[in-house]
Amino acid sequence: MSTLSYAVSDSATMLRRNLRHALRYPSVTVSVVAMPIVMLLLFNYAFGNALGAGIADSPTGDAEYIDYVAPGIILMAATSGALATAISVCVDMTEGIVNRFRTMSVSRAAFLTGHVVGSVIQTLVSLALVIGTALAVGFRPNATALEWLAAMGLLTLLTLALTWISAGIGLVAKNVETASNIPMPMTFLPFLGSAIVPTDSMPTGLRWFAEYQPFTPIIETLRGLLLGTEIGNNAIIALAWCLGAALVGYVWARRVFNKAR
Amino acid sequence: MTTTTTTTTATRGRTRTLAISATGLTKSYGDKKVLDGIDLHIPEGTVFALLGPNGAGKTTTVQILSTLITADAGRAEIAGHDLTGAADGVRRSIGVTGQFAAVDNLLTARENLILMADLHHLGRREGRRRADDLLARFDLTEVAHSSVVTFSGGMRRKLDLAMTLVGDPRVIFLDEPTTGLDPRSRRIMWEIIRDLVTDRGVTILLTTQYLDEADELADRIAVLDHGTLIAEGTADELKRRIPGAHIRLRFADAHRLDAAADLFRATSRNDETLTLNIPCDPGIPTLRAILDALDTASIPAEELTVHTPDLDDVFLTLTGRPQVDRVPDSRKENPR
Repeated sequence: MSTLSYAVSDSATMLRRNLRHALRYPSVTVSVVAMPIVMLLLFNYAFGNALGAGIADSPTGDAEYIDYVAPGIILMAATSGALATAISVCVDMTEGIVNRFRTMSVSRAAFLTGHVVGSVIQTLVSLALVIGTALAVGFRPNATALEWLAAMGLLTLLTLALTWISAGIGLVAKNVETASNIPMPMTFLPFLGSAIVPTDSMPTGLRWFAEYQPFTPIIETLRGLLLGTEIGNNAIIALAWCLGAALVGYVWARRVFNKAR
Repeated sequence: MTTTTTTTTATRGRTRTLAISATGLTKSYGDKKVLDGIDLHIPEGTVFALLGPNGAGKTTTVQILSTLITADAGRAEIAGHDLTGAADGVRRSIGVTGQFAAVDNLLTARENLILMADLHHLGRREGRRRADDLLARFDLTEVAHSSVVTFSGGMRRKLDLAMTLVGDPRVIFLDEPTTGLDPRSRRIMWEIIRDLVTDRGVTILLTTQYLDEADELADRIAVLDHGTLIAEGTADELKRRIPGAHIRLRFADAHRLDAAADLFRATSRNDETLTLNIPCDPGIPTLRAILDALDTASIPAEELTVHTPDLDDVFLTLTGRPQVDRVPDSRKENPR
């Protein structure tokens, strides 16, 4: 076999290992999926009337708050899923198994690739569950099959980017607590964007931040694809953020992992 | 492709291929010099023990030779592969079992072995066959499908070693293979290690804090202290350099000590502790002879202790200070 096919087969072995972990000890996966579902229900049933009334003239053009908030919550499912990778990578690093891999003739990329691909698959499953729940509680997107595909593509790309960054965090974190705490701000970032309420309703300073932070164009693109709202140049900005973050995360995580200690 | 090694050494008139040869290995962490120029020449099919206390640089040596970390200076060849130039060749030839079991806690024993087989690209059938063989050989068949979390320390260490053997390595590094194990598991590990050399002709570099372990397993022993090798030889050669076994007698007063010192002639005495050291083979006949001699001369002793040589004696002799007062440096023993 060539070096490339070894790299692929080693990555597949590592992926099987990670998926087996996830299936056998589903607690992390379950909590990662539960969080956005609880948020969805909370924002729809508990806060939905008040928030919906406040944004009646929102770009979605109707007062159904679920239509406004669902894309935001779907995006949160992507972020929280991705960030669990930091924990699983860190757990491996604190145990001896990674040192064993390093002393074996295993493709250098395989360990991280296995983690990242495993995490992306888990996040996609959790996205499907969150979208299903949203549809069940009244989310009515008007997207065509192609728009759905584009929306899923964007979410996958975002998940990939966040997962690589998260894997890097898992590598540099000294212990599992740190690994689960460092990515926390990232899960809150969508709140300070247009996930829950439109940015125009925010005070000037916050609005400025909210409009320029990466999650806002991503949410707006999602909304546009799923509900037909104006996308404008948000799509390009969203893609640029995702591709940039994926590249930076990938290069950083690979470098940290390969660095001789 | 595996290149054959050409490095050779002459031992006892024969020419033997070297499995591990290292010269001038040096490693520092910040200001602290952990390894200060280590030379190792280990012939194929032999067991070599690196003996030393915590913080002596044993683990660092293993980490360098197993490609986990890079040395600041020096070079080494493992099974004919250059450590820096052909790290992947080295990795294909070696197996490493560290002092902290490197097993996947979330998988079963069999899954752990199959994971190794897959990473060695053995193919599905061969991988499963080898996993089952190893489970049987290490007496783990009954727990093959149990999660490793439930395993005792001894079982984990056995599984760890079994995982190391999946790839059929020619050179095996065992970093403190029995530290923390109960005496029975320790015996079992020793058996397994001995069988490896006789059955498979592998080369083993093991590190240990225990002289008896090195004595039990190794063809040659090197004593490592503060990053330098301070002695090397067979177990017998080393033991000849350290004070042998002795019997220590303690007396109630200086008179009795004097009398006993006269009686046993040419032995070392300590007037402060009122003790007398009698070098001898501390078997029952010797003990009886000493007690009889004391009885006949009517010199009552307060206390009798039998002392057999241990690592402390080696250190005391070779470095002039005991090893126990040293603080282990945990950071570099297990760098991440």
